[in-house]
Amino acid sequence: MRYTPVIGLEVHIELSTKSKMFCGCLADHFAKKPNTQTCPICLGLPGALPFPNKLAIEDTIKLGLAFNCNINRFSKFDRKHYFYPDLPKGYQISQYDLPLCVNGQYVLSSGKKVGISRIHLEEDTGKLIHQIVNGKRVSLIDFNRSGVALVEMVTAPDFHDVSDAVEFLKETQTIVRYLGVSGADMEKGSMRLEANLSLADESIDLSKGELPNYKVELKNINSFRFLEKAVKAEIERQSTLLEAGEAVLQETRGYDETKNTTFSQRSKEDAKDYRYFPEPDIPPLRFTDEEIEKIKSSLPEMPSDKRKRYVEVFGLPMNYATILASDITRAEYFERAVFIGSKHNVGPKTVADLMVNKYLDSEYDDPESLVKKIVELTKKEYASAKEVQEAIEEVIREQEKAVNDYRNGKGAVVGFLIGMTQKKLKGRGDPKMVMNRLISYLNSVVK
Amino acid sequence: MTMDIPSTINETRYGLLSKKYKVVDLINAYLAKIARYDGEINSFITVCEENAYKGAKKADALISELGEKAFQDYPLLGCVVAHKDVFITEGIRTTAASKVLDSYVPCYSATAVKRLDDAGAICIGKLNCDAWAHGSSGENSQFGATKNPWNLEYVPGGSSSGSGAALAADFCLLSTGTDTCGSVRLPSNYCGVVGLKPTYGAISRYGVIAMASSLDTVGPMAKTVEDVEMMFKVLSGPDAKDATIASVKYQSKSSSFKIGIPKEFFGEGLDDEVRNNLDSVIQIYKKLGVDFVDVSLPSTKYAISVYYVIQPAEVSSNLARYDGIRYGNSRDAFGDEAKRRIMLGTYVLSSGYYDAYYLKAMKVRTLIRKEVSVVFEKVDAVIAPVAPTPPFKIGAKANDPLQMYLTDIYAATANLSGIPSIAIPSGFTKNGLPLGFQLMGPRFSESLLFDLGKKYHKEISYKPSVAKL
Ligand SMILES: [Zn+2]
Repeated sequence: MRYTPVIGLEVHIELSTKSKMFCGCLADHFAKKPNTQTCPICLGLPGALPFPNKLAIEDTIKLGLAFNCNINRFSKFDRKHYFYPDLPKGYQISQYDLPLCVNGQYVLSSGKKVGISRIHLEEDTGKLIHQIVNGKRVSLIDFNRSGVALVEMVTAPDFHDVSDAVEFLKETQTIVRYLGVSGADMEKGSMRLEANLSLADESIDLSKGELPNYKVELKNINSFRFLEKAVKAEIERQSTLLEAGEAVLQETRGYDETKNTTFSQRSKEDAKDYRYFPEPDIPPLRFTDEEIEKIKSSLPEMPSDKRKRYVEVFGLPMNYATILASDITRAEYFERAVFIGSKHNVGPKTVADLMVNKYLDSEYDDPESLVKKIVELTKKEYASAKEVQEAIEEVIREQEKAVNDYRNGKGAVVGFLIGMTQKKLKGRGDPKMVMNRLISYLNSVVK
Repeated sequence: MTMDIPSTINETRYGLLSKKYKVVDLINAYLAKIARYDGEINSFITVCEENAYKGAKKADALISELGEKAFQDYPLLGCVVAHKDVFITEGIRTTAASKVLDSYVPCYSATAVKRLDDAGAICIGKLNCDAWAHGSSGENSQFGATKNPWNLEYVPGGSSSGSGAALAADFCLLSTGTDTCGSVRLPSNYCGVVGLKPTYGAISRYGVIAMASSLDTVGPMAKTVEDVEMMFKVLSGPDAKDATIASVKYQSKSSSFKIGIPKEFFGEGLDDEVRNNLDSVIQIYKKLGVDFVDVSLPSTKYAISVYYVIQPAEVSSNLARYDGIRYGNSRDAFGDEAKRRIMLGTYVLSSGYYDAYYLKAMKVRTLIRKEVSVVFEKVDAVIAPVAPTPPFKIGAKANDPLQMYLTDIYAATANLSGIPSIAIPSGFTKNGLPLGFQLMGPRFSESLLFDLGKKYHKEISYKPSVAKL
């Protein structure tokens, strides 16, 4: 039997807003001394209330717009209840039925489309630290991360190939960084991945929106590579079960990096009832079209548009465009260098080549110095004035029709004649000299 | 007693300026009275002498230095206040009258507490209440029931039981309460003092232990309408820590008042003495030229049912943070009423039941809100009893939660629709127990309610009375 993998993704991104989602504490918790960035609000102390961070809401809308989502003009926060020591209020402020962004879409490089079901905003939890204190095994809680703004993006189960999923995730990371809303650093935990996976046999018509009657969630995956491996291992496991005529249990599974296998964490029977209800401490959010339009107009050019422009306008090969556009700082450096280069006869391809293959940009902090270096490197021995003059005269003799056109007022032929002259000079002509001399000789001929 | 304790902010100020007494003398007098009588009344959970004397020293210094000007900068200078023990007070134990928090000393103060402190008021202690504000009689406190100073066999009303009782016993000049479904108005009514349930969104809830967040309001309580109004001025207004607070200009009107009488509030179950007293209040207003019209709020008959779905739902959520990991006590320490509400609330929010209970209740709540706003297109205010009966005896309803819930019947409408309501004393029963009424107005109509309240008290030459102990 042939099986088609049906894969959906869930991505958590910690926003890099200065303060936390509902209080004034600093949000950057990485490698900070435990419990030094807390207050009554993010500790969930009696009486404390949340006050929403406007910038985090805007950042989430930016992300939604970048993924072509509809932005709900009426949105709200909800309480999601569960007990866990790192959740000080006994509930997480999240979004349930009216997330900020819904029904987005992303087009993969292959042209395949992936649906974005929703993007919502919530608060991060604290962190449990298990260690030995005075010879006793204890669990400690660090609340520095508690209340940091966290975005959750959920895709439709539209991936049928793990490489598409990885492409999407990498692109998501790039877009998040383009928007400047998060470092999306998996090692620091500011980007976290989850996948849900099932296998469809031939009886299921995916094109009609049919789906297998189960799904397995893969959690706690901390790199693109591990996600790829985990999904592959899980496809193996599920297809073996299905081949043997067994059902796959709906459950949550983790990935064991050393054994390269997935393992059961929680079965469906343990599924939690989160008892969602609207967060009464935060009034509903309302947005006007103008507000959304204003946020939209503040978005930078998206990586896919950049790549397209690099190929179509700068004439770069796609792999060069992809490398340069993968980092917005580098892309901006490149574009600035191309602009400066255009005044010094240095073309985009030359700049791209030296950046991609020679990492020349890593040696020069600013694009101006880079271009200066490129000009030095590519300085040509120009043909002499005599050689240029001879080439021009030869061309004028040979191109009788073009000369006639010029006589009849078609100035555009000059470009063609310059090209022919450079061809004779094997490109060694100083462009300024070639143009000046060609025009004056042409004028003397047609007079 | 070595001195007469003043009963209003103005009297206090006059006494201090005319050097009849110093703030420290006031503190001495209040503390002596508390020490002598509160053992029986049980209105305080914590008395903070040290804090009070510290405040007195500062206030006396300000008065001797600045004289009258001190009262311009500090409108409540030297006024002794006590807070319901759900108000978080930095460095002062805050229990919510529950054993769960019996040793909890907070590291911050509620916005309301801070604003009163900043206005010069002096906190003398923390007041008893139904645990977590769950109740209508004060009997649900895990620190023992509070008794009504007017008759110690009777309840003072709840949940802000200590806030009403302490005022009636002259243990403080001002007090704070919270009103989620009558919890300021009921004890004000049963103890013969004035209490305001403000518009939802008028006074910051930051630092007030939450009961049902979409209904909770912070209410000032005192012996006169003027003093409650003064406290309201200090307490109201935007707070960067409570996202539900609106910035509003409060306005009243000078003449041609029209008050509505909702027929649903004057039907079956209303005690005769309460009804007759209300009639006499209406007669006095009529004498003052106020027009009365009959109005109808048909959906209010569902108010209690709606309230007892929404409230436990939010309670179950708000009490989740007392998870046994912090604060030193496990969830076993919750009393019966809290456990009852946690279970009810957890049930109505469970998947499969949410639509049938919570969602439906929210829809009816919207309906009630609409009805109320339609009524206020026709009238400036609505008059109603605060409770169906005068104070009842301690223990009379304690074993029947449903009977107790009915005490809230006239309160729920204001909380569900977010409108303000002021409870005003209007006499006594033949047995010497306080009687009163409530005036409700449209959202943010506090100024108008104060004006109406003052008009009535002026006409009857109202003098606050203190229970004989
Ligand atoms: Zn904080």
